[in-house]
Formats: sequence, structure tokens, C-alpha cells
Amino acid sequence: MTKKGNDRSVPPVPEEAPSGAGGLRAWLESDAPTSAFQARCVRAWLTWLKFSSNPLAVTGLLIIVALVLVAVFAPLLMTHDPLAQNLSDRLLPPGEKGHLLGTDGLGRDIYSRVIAGSRITLYIVGLVTITAPLFGLLVGTVSGYFGGWVDIVLMRITDIILAFPKLILALAFVAALGPGIGNAILAIAITSWPPYARIARAETLTVRNADYIMASRLQGASDARIVLAHIVPMCVSSVIVRVTLDMAGIILTAAGLGFLGLGAQPPTPEWGAMIAEGRKFLLDQWWVATMPGIAIFLVSLGFNLLGDGLRDALDPRSGQA
Amino acid sequence: MTTDRQETPAALAEHTQEDKGAGTATDAQAPRPLLEIEDLRVDFHGRRGITHAVRGLSLSMGREKIGIVGESGSGKSVTGRSILRLIRPPGVVRARRMVFDGIDLLSADERTMRAIRGDRIAMIMQDPKFSLNPVMRVGDQIAEAFRVHRRVSRREAKERALEMLKAVRIRDPERVYHAWPHELSGGMGQRVMIAMMLIPEPDLLIADEPTSALDVTVAMQVLAIMDDLVSSRGMGLMFISHDLDLVASFCDRVIIMYAGRVMEVIEAKRLHEAQHPYTRGLLASLPRIDEPREWLQTLKRDPAWLEEA
Amino acid sequence: MTAADTPAIAVKDLSVVFGQGREAFQAVRGVSFQVREGETYGLVGESGSGKSTVLRAITGLAPVTGGRMEIFGQPLGHDRDAAFCRTVQMVFQDPYASLHPRRTIDATLSEPLIIHGIGDRQERAERVLKALADVGLGPEFRFRYPHQLSGGQRQRVAIARALMLEPKIVLLDEPTSALDVSIQAEVLNLLKRLKDEHGLTYVLVSHNLAVIAHMCERLAVMQHGRFVEEMTVEQLRAGTPREEYTRNLLDAARGYDREKAARFAAMEALEEE
Repeated sequence: MTKKGNDRSVPPVPEEAPSGAGGLRAWLESDAPTSAFQARCVRAWLTWLKFSSNPLAVTGLLIIVALVLVAVFAPLLMTHDPLAQNLSDRLLPPGEKGHLLGTDGLGRDIYSRVIAGSRITLYIVGLVTITAPLFGLLVGTVSGYFGGWVDIVLMRITDIILAFPKLILALAFVAALGPGIGNAILAIAITSWPPYARIARAETLTVRNADYIMASRLQGASDARIVLAHIVPMCVSSVIVRVTLDMAGIILTAAGLGFLGLGAQPPTPEWGAMIAEGRKFLLDQWWVATMPGIAIFLVSLGFNLLGDGLRDALDPRSGQA
Repeated sequence: MTTDRQETPAALAEHTQEDKGAGTATDAQAPRPLLEIEDLRVDFHGRRGITHAVRGLSLSMGREKIGIVGESGSGKSVTGRSILRLIRPPGVVRARRMVFDGIDLLSADERTMRAIRGDRIAMIMQDPKFSLNPVMRVGDQIAEAFRVHRRVSRREAKERALEMLKAVRIRDPERVYHAWPHELSGGMGQRVMIAMMLIPEPDLLIADEPTSALDVTVAMQVLAIMDDLVSSRGMGLMFISHDLDLVASFCDRVIIMYAGRVMEVIEAKRLHEAQHPYTRGLLASLPRIDEPREWLQTLKRDPAWLEEA
Repeated sequence: MTAADTPAIAVKDLSVVFGQGREAFQAVRGVSFQVREGETYGLVGESGSGKSTVLRAITGLAPVTGGRMEIFGQPLGHDRDAAFCRTVQMVFQDPYASLHPRRTIDATLSEPLIIHGIGDRQERAERVLKALADVGLGPEFRFRYPHQLSGGQRQRVAIARALMLEPKIVLLDEPTSALDVSIQAEVLNLLKRLKDEHGLTYVLVSHNLAVIAHMCERLAVMQHGRFVEEMTVEQLRAGTPREEYTRNLLDAARGYDREKAARFAAMEALEEE
């Protein structure tokens, strides 16, 4: 209608030479999708274009993809059994006797243990991601949508949990439930949902009285439908961004619990526990604690970069994504 | 400020600028125009290619009320902002000439521009709610705006601010002076904005849809204030609006824009005799109280309007 | 009373109060009117006059504190049921805010059908395409997102959504005030055509007297939550309203005039004293 509108409906020809996937590309950039599936793909493709134009975000994504690949192919990548002790080869420096990153105090291969540790890290990350944000999202949207006493009760519970330092609360939970990786994950999930509830609630308050919510209420939509089909999709992207940025903190908390002996139990090759074991040798055999430390650092960095990139690409206010 | 202002007040009062569009020069020794723009082009470079917001606008205006009318996306607001060089990347402003009272706006450095903005060229936006600082009393904001441009004492600034509030016909200036922005109604807020913009006595006021957030009866009063200020101070007014009828009844000359191009420049009182099919189409699409019609005429857009003349 | 005499909408002594205690704000104060079936009834007034609140009260989106409302003789209680949704629908002012930004046009239009359990997949798809065609949009719009549409196209989608359940009454809340005039003409023509085709009853809220005069048979002028006067469009066109407030609105709608502005200023001063 307006000039800008016209420009939008006629996207300029992409500058890259059309490759073999030219048909796919045209399909992905179609202005008139012919199915709901294609519409979603087009939107995802636009988000990807925005995301991939940010080199740091792509770096973050590559790190996370690398982590996943390493975890998947861990058995092929490991050169030694991560649990096999060899007291005659204790504390070998990196590179000696085929131990790429050296050995630890019990003569276990650090390289293989770091590789094996990626599976545990991914396990923690995966379980926390599917529990805490979902729970937080539900609490936040319900709280924000219904308001009144529902809001007061739910938000006060949230406040109480937020009032404790995360690690201390997790420590208390693990101490009560007993040490172990499963309980550590549970403790982390219990302590990390409140921020998501807060974000979801704030987002809900801004859209609750929007005309499109009014319109669907006028169509006879139930409260459950409005919350699940209309409000949750508006909150998801902020929560995803926050989860990604929090992932580093979650890994560090898990490592912290491991370090304190309350998370993964020996001989499980968990990175935090490995640092704890290497602490004794920190001054003379620096590599024992440093190698898992670098792994934690890299993965945390990856998640942070990814989160920053997602924040730009998924910005709910841009309307594009 | 070291620019010379040679025009005499008498010359200011007359609107005798030479004008390409209407081509009426009534005075042999016309004073130099207040603002001259030749072939203004504004492009926005986006991921999906370049959007041409303004494509070759030329205008020359004196101390008169000139209206810029167009639909959304016609480039009318971009034109106003590019005069003050407020277009930021990815926007690119080009022009063959853009001269305000002898100052070349294209080559002026940022310091000169800062001195011009607010002092010699002022701008009023659509919604006063977003233009006033919410945590500062209204009067202090006006006084502050004055002190940025003139070296005067606080007391003097306050006096001028109160005077200005009276000039925009606020009946109880003391009370409004000490009010917070949220305590003002829309019409009152827009009057305060006008007071704030006019206190350094600018030569040119760019008003971007200044009344479209206001109720009609209030809008009339705000327009009357601007009308009086133009005639009493000899200020130039660039009135940007989407409302054809309003501009026709308020301004001296009207520029009609479509998709970044000037379709027609016409004297306001002759707007209803407009020749260009776009202008005629817009006028015909308006519902009229006294001319009942079963169906409204819709606008047929002609791609030829976009071609460079 | 025979069925033919039953008004489509009957509102008696409606009042709406927002907030409580000292913060309370009475948006509508004892408003009564009736709308006949097949009629277009206009509510005109300046911002804050309560005209939109009347519509929201009918739909149950505003806190009604007094009065009675009837739709085709059925009194409205506190909650609106499915039958109400299938009789009364609304088109909102801002087409940029009334469509869910993350749902395709298809999802938006088929939702009412899903909620009311109408048709299977195939049938719903056909009805969505028909609804789009009805408002002048081609099938290529079906799987677009709102951000790919212009303001006028969005408003057409919003109108199509309001008609999905085949209601008898459509409430129009400033349906064109966010649109350019040339688009406004298209949307007003569309609304007129749909009214004829579907036998609709409209209540149109607007601040624009010309739009009201073009669309409505009867209208009410509102100020400060009250009806100033009710009249026919012929009276409005003849320029013979009873009340001075209406005459002022009419004057202001005819464009800027120095004297007129001075008169409004003087009147406002009187009102303040």
C-alpha cells in the first residue's frame, strides 16, 4: 500500500549466486507460503539470517555444537578408559606416554576424562533446560494473566526462593536429599526457575490487555487457551534467551557442587569434581585442575555468546522473528 | 551565532519568496529564501535492499506556512528530520543544495548544527508525552531549553518561560510552570512543547503532525497559536500532516508527496482545484458530511507517479 | 412486542466505573440507546468521552456498574457465553495491535472455528479462504504473518476474523482512524458491502464526524460519559444539531478558521470557571 510496504513484498534478489539449493532458498524466502509448515520455516530462516550475521553468536553456536558432537562421539574420541587407574603413571605432564593432556593423581587420562565429562555436562544442561524454564514459564504466565491473589501467592513463593543465594540453597537441598548428580540437577532446577517466572510474568503483563488477547477472548477462547496459545508464545523468546545466558551459571553451579563433593561422586569424571581433585596438585602439576577448567570456561563462553546472539535475533519487539 | 540577519522586519512580514512550484514572484527584489532545498534524497540501507524514503525533493520557502501532506511512507517526516540532520545510519541524506538562511546544512559541522537545532530551527513532534522529560517540572524544562541557547540568569529564564506560557494562551502560567508533564492534558502538553520550542525565537519551526493526537476543538486552538506566532514574529513554519483539509485551511502553500516524490505544489486555497490525479484521488476518497455518497472513491495508484520527472 | 420490533441492541442507564475509592473514574454515566436490526448506529465524541467504553461494556470487557443491556431481547449477565460470541463481534482500532504477531493469518482466522467446534480441517480451510476472499484478500495471504501486511490489509484480516462466526452484530471501534485516507475509503466501502451481504447491524465508534455521517443512519454525540444528543444523519448534514457542543464539533470538522479557534478558546475558558 505504502511505498515501504511495496518494498517489503518484493525482496531484492539475493546477492549470492544461486547454488544447487536455489529452489530451497526460494521456498524459504517465499512471500506467500502455501502451508503453515512453510510459514514457520520462512520465519525460522529469517531468524537464522539475522543470527548468522553476528560472528560472535555463530562462534558461540559452534562451541555448543562441538560440545554436543564430542558428547555424542565420546567413545570414539577417548584414547583411554576415563576410569582406569594406573598408579605408575601418576601426574604425567601433557603429551607424555600418549596422554594428550597428562594424567591425574590416580594416573587416569585427563583428556579422556574431559571428553567423558562433556556427557555429564550435557546431561545436566539438558535436564535443567527442560524443567526449570517450563515451570517458570507456567508460573509466570498464570500469575501475570490472572492477577489478584493467584499473582500474590505465586510471586511471594518466587520471591522467597529468589531471596536465597543460589548456590547456598542448592547446597541445602543437596545436603537434605543426599549427594549425587541426580539430586544436584534437581536442586539446580528448584533454585533456578524463579527468574524465568519473573520474566514470563513481566512479559505477560505487557500483552495481557493487548487487543489481540481481547479479540480472542471475544471469540470465546478459554483462559487456558489464551495462556497457552497466545501468551506463552510471546514469552518464550525472552525465556530462551535468559536460559541460554544462565546456562553458564548452571554449569558453574553444577561444577561448584561437584567441587564441594555434593554433586557427581568420584570416580565420575565431572569437570567440577575434577578441579576439586586437581586442587591438591595445583602448584606443581597445574594441568590436572586447568584442563577441566578450560573446558568449563569454553562451554560457558559458548552459551553466553549464543545467548547474546539469540537476544538480538529473537527480539520479541522486532516482530520479524 | 555569527550569522547575519539582514532582512528588515518589513521584509519579513511579506511572503514574497520566489517559488518554483507556483511560480509567483510578486516582488522584484525578493529577499533570499529562508530555506532552500534542491534534489533532496534520503535512502535507508537495509538487509533487504535500499529503501528510497525521499527521491528528489526541491523546495524553497520563506517566512510562510508551508504544508507537507502525504500518506504514511510518503517521506514527509523524513524530509523534516533531514533538514535538522537528524537522520542516522543506515539512513543516508544527499542533496544538491540545502541552505538555511545562508548556512549550508550539508557541509555544516556538528557544532554548527547543534547551534542551529532548537535555536534557529525548532521541531515539534506528534505526541508531547514522548517529548517532555517526565521527571522534570514543565517550567524548568522550558527555562532550561532557553538557557542552553542564551546566556541568561535563572531568574530571567523563568520570567521568559512564564511569558512564553502566556503567549501560548495558558491561562494560569504559574500553575503550569510548576506542574509535572503527566499532569497535563494532550492539548496543554502540546502548548508547552510549542512554548519550549519557540522561546529562543527560531526562524523556522518544523511541526510534524503537531495536532493529530489532539481532539479537534483543541487542535484548532493549538493551530491558532502557531498561526499568530508566524504572523507576529515572521517565523517560517513547515507543517507536516496527513490531513489534506486541515492543511488546505491552515497553510499558505501545500506540497503533496507520494512515495518520496513531490506530486504537486499548490497554493492552499486552490487545493480543491488540484490537477494531479494523486491529489484529486486523495480528495475524492474523503467522506464528506455535506455530500452524501453511497460509495467512496478509492485511489488508483499509477506507477508512473514514481518515475523521475 | 413482536420479534420484528425487538431491537438488536438495547442499553438502559449504562454506567461504567474504572477503579475504586478515590481513584474511581466514571467513564460512562447513565447512557441509554437502542439499535434496530440492520441499522448502523454511530457514537461520536472526543477522546475520553466514553464512546469506546460503551462498546467494551457490551462485550463484557469493561466493568459495568449499573444499567441493563439486551441483545435481541436477551438480557446480558455478567459473563458472556458462546452464544453471545456467535452474535456479537468487534473490530478494534489499531490493526497493528489486534492481530497476534506470532500467529499466521490462517491460525488467527481458524481459531474461532476451533473454539466453537465448527467443521473439520478441510471445512475450516475452505471457510478461511472464503473469509479472506470476502474482505478482498487472495489465498496467498493465508500463511503470512501480520508483520508482512500493511495496515489496511491487517484491518481487513481483523474484519474477516470478526465475521468468522457469522455474527449478527459487529461493533466497530474506530476501525479506520489508524489508516491513511485512501485506505480508509477502501475499508469503509468494504464494511458497507459486507453489511449488505451479511445483513449485519453495526455500532460504529469514531471521533471523525465525516466517517460517522458517511456510514450511519442515526448517531449519538458523547461528552464526559453522557449523551449530549441523539440525532439522525439528516439532521447532522443539515447542520441543525440542538446542542452547541455538537455544532462546535461540526465546525471544527470543516477545517481551520481563525475565528472559530478563538470561539473554542473562549468557550473552554468559560467551562473552566
